[in-house]
Amino acid sequence: MRSAEAFAKTRAEGRAALVGYLPAGFPTLADSIKAVDIMIDHGADIIELGLPYSDPVMDGPAIQKAADRALAAGFRTRQVFEVTEAVAGRVPILVMTYWNLVERYGVDRFAGDFAAAGGAGLITPDLIPDEAGDWIAASDAHDLDRVFLVAPSSTEERIASTVAACRGFVYAQSVMGVTGARAATSAVAPELVRRTRAHTDLPIGVGLGVRSGDQAAEIGAYGDAVIVGSAIVNCYLDAEDIPSGHQKLAELTADLAAGVRR
Amino acid sequence: MPNPDASGHWGEFGGRFVPEALIAALDELEKAHTEALADPAFTAELDQLGREYGNLPSPLYFAERLSAEAGVEVWLKREDLNHTGAHKIRNVLGQALLTRRMGKNRIIAETGAGQHGVAAATAAAYFGMECTVYMGEEDTRRQALNVARMRLLGAEVVPVTTGSRTLKDAMNEALREWVASVDTTHYLIGSVGGPHPFPQLVRDYCRGIGDEARAQFLDRTGVLPDVVAACVGGGSNAMGIFTAFLDDEDVRLFGFEAGGDGYDTGRHAATITAGQIGVLHGARTFVLQDEDGQTIESHSISAGLDYPGVGPEHAHLAATGRAAYEPVDDAEAMAALEKLARTEGIICAIESAHGLAGALRLAKSLQPGSRVLVNLSGRGDKDMGNVVEYYGFADAPDESGDQ
Repeated sequence: MRSAEAFAKTRAEGRAALVGYLPAGFPTLADSIKAVDIMIDHGADIIELGLPYSDPVMDGPAIQKAADRALAAGFRTRQVFEVTEAVAGRVPILVMTYWNLVERYGVDRFAGDFAAAGGAGLITPDLIPDEAGDWIAASDAHDLDRVFLVAPSSTEERIASTVAACRGFVYAQSVMGVTGARAATSAVAPELVRRTRAHTDLPIGVGLGVRSGDQAAEIGAYGDAVIVGSAIVNCYLDAEDIPSGHQKLAELTADLAAGVRR
Repeated sequence: MPNPDASGHWGEFGGRFVPEALIAALDELEKAHTEALADPAFTAELDQLGREYGNLPSPLYFAERLSAEAGVEVWLKREDLNHTGAHKIRNVLGQALLTRRMGKNRIIAETGAGQHGVAAATAAAYFGMECTVYMGEEDTRRQALNVARMRLLGAEVVPVTTGSRTLKDAMNEALREWVASVDTTHYLIGSVGGPHPFPQLVRDYCRGIGDEARAQFLDRTGVLPDVVAACVGGGSNAMGIFTAFLDDEDVRLFGFEAGGDGYDTGRHAATITAGQIGVLHGARTFVLQDEDGQTIESHSISAGLDYPGVGPEHAHLAATGRAAYEPVDDAEAMAALEKLARTEGIICAIESAHGLAGALRLAKSLQPGSRVLVNLSGRGDKDMGNVVEYYGFADAPDESGDQ
C-alpha cells in the first residue's frame, strides 16, 4: 500500500494522518512487529520503520539508544524486509534510513526487495535529492514513494527542488535539531508548512518532538501528517519490561490518534 | 587549484550526505570561504597570524644522520615546531578567522586524542570566541592532560557517551549540535572530511605546508623531491603537503595509513587499503564497514589516525592512482619514532612516525640518494604516555636518588 492511499482516507475524513516511527528490531525483532501491529490497531495511519545504524547523526538520545540496542542484538539490514512483510497490508509501511545502509545493500536491490515485501517507500534523512540519482531511478523502477526532508533553514529554491523530487509526501523537519520528544512544539513549523505548501500539492508531514495527543492536535491543524518517533521509543526505554512497553505504546497511540481526530 | 566539481565531488567521492537542515549553512560557508580567499585583506591577516602567532612558515630540515642510515636524502617539514605542536594550527586559524568574517562567535569541534580540540580551543581563545569540544568519553579518560589544556584555554569539553565513545561518535555529536545551533555557530571540523565544502576548505588552510615546502626544497636543492610522504588518518596534513605537488607529475605521493596490530589482523585504521566505498559523516569515501554498512571501529596506537573514514580527496587520489596509500603498523611506527629520536634528537608525534616509517620502508626500493620529503606533522610530547607504555621505559622505579 502506498502513502497516497492513506492520505486519501485521512483527507476524506478531514484530519491529519498519524505516522508512528519505530526502529525495526527494537525492543526485539519479534516485538518490533508486535509494536507496529499495536500502533496500527490503535489508530496509526502510516508506519515508519527505522533501520538501525551505527552513526545516526540526525537522531537524539532515545532513537540512538534504541538503534544501538537492536544492533547489539545482531540486527541485519535484510531483517527490515521480514518486519515489513509481517506488518504490510493494512497501512503504508515506509522505511526511514541513513543512506550508507541502502548503498551498501545495493540501491536497486534494496528497492526491489523492499517493494516485494510490500513496502511503500523510503524516508532518507541524510540523502538530499542532489545526491539521489540512483535512488530516484530505483524508486521509479520499483514504484516506491521517496520522501525527502525540508527544514526551517531551507531556501525557497531548495524547498521547490526538494518537493519536486518527492513522491508520497514531504517530510517537514519542524525544529532545527535532532529527533527527541519536546514539551513545546516548534513555532517555526507552521511557517515551514506554509512555505512548503506554496510549492506542492503533496501532503506535508511534520516531525520531530511530538509526544502527546494535544501536540498532535496542534500540528494536525496545519500539517497533513503528524510524525511521532522518540515518544514511541521511550515507551519501551522507560518501561520495566516489554509487555508494559506494549501497554504504554497502546495508550500513547490511542492518545495521539484522538489528537489528530480533534 | 584542483578543486572538486560545483557540488563538491572529486570523481565519485565527496558530496553532501547530510540533513537538508545543514545545506543552507554549508552553502553559506562555501560562499564565505571562496570570497575570503579572494580577499587580500583576509589572506594578509591570515598570513600575519600564521607568522606571528603560529610560528609559520615551519622550517625544512635535512636529517643528515637519518639519511646516512636510510641511504636516501630524508627531508623533514617541521610542522612539529608550530604553535600547539602540529599542522593543525593552520586549519584552526583559517577557520576561526572565517568564523569571525561570517559574523559568528561560537565554534564547536570534535576531537579524538584532543589535539584538534586543543588547537580549536587555542584559536577560540585568540579570537575571544566561545568554544565547545565534543570528545568520546573513553578518550577524555585516556587524554586527561589535553582535556585540562582545553579547559585552561576556556573551552567547554563535552564527553560523548554514545556509540563507541570515540572520535567518530564525537563527530556525530558535533554534527547533531551544529544542526541545532547553526545560526550562531561554526563547526570547526578537524580534518579534510565531512560534507562539501569542508574537505576543500580544510585543505585550503593546510596547503601552506606543501606550498612552503615546495619553495623551500627548490631553494635548497634546486630540484623537486622524488617522493613526498605523510601519514593519513582523516588526511589533513597529507592533503596539506600533497596539494602543492599534485601537478608535478614526477613527484610520487605516498600516504601511510595506520596498520594497527597489522593489516591482516583486521585491527587497523587503513581505510583506503581496505578499499570499501561508503558514506560516512557527510561524504562518500572509503569507510571501514561491515557487510551491512555499519561502521567498524578502527584501531591504532595513534589516536590521531584512529578513524574509520578518510577525506574524499584522498579517496579520489587513490582511485586515480595519483597518490599511493599503504599501511604502517604500530610496531613499524614506534621503531621509526625511536630512530628519529636517536639519530636527530627529534621526538615526533606517533601519527607523524607512521609517515616517516613508511618513507623509510620505501627508501629501500629507491635509488640511493633519492630525495624524500616527509611531513613531520606534529611533535611527540602528547604521546609520552603511550611511549612509556610501549617501551616500558618507566618500568624500573628510579632508586638512584637523583632528582
